[in-house]
Amino acid sequence: MSPLSSYLLLSALLFSIGLAGALSRRSAILVLIGIELMLNAANLNLIAFWRYGPRPEVLTGVMFAVFSITVAAAEAAVGLGLILAMYRHSKSTDLDQMTSMRG
Amino acid sequence: MTITFLILAAVTIAGMAAAMGLRNLIHCVLALTLGFVGLAALYLQLNAQFVGFTQILVYIGGVAILAVFAIMTTQSAEPVAHPGSAAYWITGSAVAAGVFAVLAWAICGSGTHARALPAQIDVPAQQIGFALMRSYVLPLEIMGLLLTVALIGAVVVATPVRKGEL
Repeated sequence: MSPLSSYLLLSALLFSIGLAGALSRRSAILVLIGIELMLNAANLNLIAFWRYGPRPEVLTGVMFAVFSITVAAAEAAVGLGLILAMYRHSKSTDLDQMTSMRG
Repeated sequence: MTITFLILAAVTIAGMAAAMGLRNLIHCVLALTLGFVGLAALYLQLNAQFVGFTQILVYIGGVAILAVFAIMTTQSAEPVAHPGSAAYWITGSAVAAGVFAVLAWAICGSGTHARALPAQIDVPAQQIGFALMRSYVLPLEIMGLLLTVALIGAVVVATPVRKGEL
C-alpha cells in the first residue's frame, strides 16, 4: 500500500469515528466534538494530498488546512456558546430533552 | 508505510475512538487531546510543520480547553443514562461503517497507489507568511472578519436574556 492511500484510509477511519460519535452520543458537547473530528479528518486529507501532489511548493494544501482550522475554531466557539444558552434554558445538555423550539 | 506512521496512526485512532466512546465527558476530552497530539505529529511527519503547530495551538490549547469549560459550566460530566442508548449506538455505528466502506472502496479503486513519495521539501514559515500576505491576502482578511463575527456572535448567544426583554 502506498503512503498516500494509507493516509487517506486513516482519514476515512477518523471521519467514520467522528460520524459514529456525532450520530450516537446524546450529549450536545460530544456531538460538537464529533463534528470537530470529521473536520480534522478532512484536514489530514488536504495535507496528505498537498504532500504527495505534483507541486508542493505552491502551498495550496497548507493554506486550505490553515483556513479550515480557523473556521473550525470559530465553529467551536459559536457551538459551545449555543450549548451554554440551551443549558440555561433547559438545565441540561442532553439532546433528547431539547424537544421544544421556543417557550 | 513506515513504523512511525503506524504508531502515530494507532495513537490517533485510539485517542479519537476513546473520545467518542468513553462515558465520562472529561475523560472524553482528555482522550480527544491525545488524538489531536497524534494528528499534529502526523502533520509534522508530512513536512507541514506550520499546520502541525497550528493544530497544537488551536485544538489542544483552544478547542479542548473550551470543551472542558463547557462541560464544567453545564455540570454534565456524568451523562444521564438512556434506555434506548444501545439502539443509537447500533444505528450510528452501522451508518459510520457504511460510510467508511464506501470511502475505502473509493480510495482503493483510485489511482493513489501508483503515487510515489515526491522529493523531500522544506517549507519555512517565512514562505507561508509571504503567501498569506500576497496571494492569499483576501482570504486572510475574510478569516479575520469571520473570527470577529464569530466571537461577537458567541458572546451574544451565550448572554442570558433578562426577563421582559422578549
